[in-house]
Amino acid sequence: MVVAAGVRDHRGIAEFTDSGITVPRAPQPPVSSTAVPGDGRDRPDLPRPGRSRGSGGRGGRRRDHRGRLRGPVRRSAETRVLAGVCGGLAQATGIDVTLVRIAFVLLTLGSGIGILAYALGWLLLPLEGETTSIFTRAVTDQKGLRLVVAIVPALVVGQLVAGALHLGYLGSFGWPVFLAGAAAILIRRNASEDERAWINDDVLPMLHTDSGRQGRWSLALRITVGAALGLAGLLALVLGHPTGAAVRPIAGSLLVVAAIVVVFGPWWLSLVRDLLAERQARALAEERALMAAHVHDSVLQTLALIQRSADDPRHVIRLARAQERELRSWLFDGRPPGTIGDEATTLAQGIDLLQRQVESDHGVTVQVVVVGDRPLTDGVRALLDAAREATVNAAKWSGAGQISIYAEVEPTEAMLYVRDRGCGFDPASVPTDRQGIARSIRARMARVGGSAVIRSEAGQGTEVELSLPLRPPAR
Amino acid sequence: MTPGGRPRIFLVDDHAMFRAGVRAELGDAVEVVGEADEATAAVELIGERRPDVVLLDVHLPGGGGVAVLRGVMPHHPEVQFLALSVSDAPEDVIAVIRAGARGYVTKTISGAELLQAVERIGAGDAVFSPRLAGFVLDAFAGDGAGAGVVTGIDPELDQLSPREREVLRLIARGYTYKEVARDLGISAKTVESHVSSVLRKLQLSTRHELTRWATDRRLV
Repeated sequence: MVVAAGVRDHRGIAEFTDSGITVPRAPQPPVSSTAVPGDGRDRPDLPRPGRSRGSGGRGGRRRDHRGRLRGPVRRSAETRVLAGVCGGLAQATGIDVTLVRIAFVLLTLGSGIGILAYALGWLLLPLEGETTSIFTRAVTDQKGLRLVVAIVPALVVGQLVAGALHLGYLGSFGWPVFLAGAAAILIRRNASEDERAWINDDVLPMLHTDSGRQGRWSLALRITVGAALGLAGLLALVLGHPTGAAVRPIAGSLLVVAAIVVVFGPWWLSLVRDLLAERQARALAEERALMAAHVHDSVLQTLALIQRSADDPRHVIRLARAQERELRSWLFDGRPPGTIGDEATTLAQGIDLLQRQVESDHGVTVQVVVVGDRPLTDGVRALLDAAREATVNAAKWSGAGQISIYAEVEPTEAMLYVRDRGCGFDPASVPTDRQGIARSIRARMARVGGSAVIRSEAGQGTEVELSLPLRPPAR
Repeated sequence: MTPGGRPRIFLVDDHAMFRAGVRAELGDAVEVVGEADEATAAVELIGERRPDVVLLDVHLPGGGGVAVLRGVMPHHPEVQFLALSVSDAPEDVIAVIRAGARGYVTKTISGAELLQAVERIGAGDAVFSPRLAGFVLDAFAGDGAGAGVVTGIDPELDQLSPREREVLRLIARGYTYKEVARDLGISAKTVESHVSSVLRKLQLSTRHELTRWATDRRLV
């Protein structure tokens, strides 16, 4: 039968769509390919290094049994929070990476030397898979060095002017600022590829939150205000102590914090905004994929079937009605298309299923009204089976285009009526071989303690009345 | 109604295709005096044209069919409303009925049935589709035989009489008013008065189920 084939087809495509939508996942990180060169050759049975695991702790891949270092120390590309210095040290020494990190943090908190050591490690240690460090590259970076040297005359002129105006303290800023600037230029030029990307994407935007001229103006304004606030705060802090006033240090700290907020606030805000927008976009995309899958499974399939059977109006109506029902139950009851029948657990859901099946199999309209509901029991299943039999009979024999089902569940009884306005028949004159249908309905109901009454009159249609006694629901 | 007996109707629906379809189906049997595709324009035009019956879509831009009922009913109580919807959700049905519509049919209704419904509404009667009858039985369930001891229920408004219940059941089973009358051995006029009485109870009752449905739609 065409319809049955259509349904199978529809199911098959549904599965295809599901997998098609879930496939484009982010590729797994290529764990083994970024491992330290050489270690695979040394230890073919080495476990694959995980991203978060301190891979150096797995029995000292770089040490022989006496604990001597083997091979050069490299910054780790895998195990890293900032530049991979701790990960690299852990790999080289076999100490757990967490311990190394704790040591660095303690050193930093104790004397600040941790930061210095880390920065040196970053500059002097080559990244995994590279042979040169940032420092060695910077030393040989002719263009970068020329750029740095080119600033020197400007600096000298500045110093001379400052000296002439007796602004000696300004001059004392000059060299440190120059050195910091030169280092920043050289580091940025010679950082490895992904570190440069990190600097470009994450560090520089701290200073450029908006693009264009307006952004630059607001940046200048922010830095001016921030510098003023910060300077005032620092002054209050420095000058506060001799007077012994307790308020000043607090005010000073507040001003410094305010300065930081003014300068970096927009950047933080934009970070948070980006994060929220990204999360929203992801939720939206998931929702859209789900929607697309449903629409594809149901509406598009039906539209295709309708196009194919444009010359058969009855079939088209049948398809449209079934689709309408399915869509409606999805939109208003939240039941995804295709799952209604498979998961009927109550009388109402069972009748819903019955309606859909008879409508699509026989091309009639089945109008359903259900009052109350009950979970499926043997009795309720028998009632549903009998109702289906009666509905199919009406669809086959009555010639009516519409069949009405009405079910009402009361505390001690369920009634179900199947009615058509078709040709009807005289129950007394039905040949004995056709009475089987009525009998099977009656027998089915009798088995569960219910009854069936069939009323019909030639030309007036037929009504089957089914009743099923129920146990009152437990309170 | 015009002297010639043709009901003057007004269409409110945001789908032009549906309005055209209704015009075509009802044909010359009615006089379509106007159309609107959203609530505010509908309220204005209905006040101006004074149709006998408004065919009202439940889901409309500008506040839905309920907003139209609220805007027109206080000023023009003579205008009757028949609600039409693709939605089968009980809260939609109950909401428009409680706001004043005298009947509810789904958009899948046939042209002949729709014409009959329009004529009945125009004559001041109520139109209960099987589905609406089912909803009402559902909403008024639990106070039948043996379960009548529910406190706080006004039997005048909050309960259906056994006869009304019988009538509704037959309508829910797909019987026409005429068939209901024959089955119960009463006149068609009596059936209509039972249905109108049920409609009144539906609009005035404070039964928990009804108010719950109404609050779900933020109407109360």
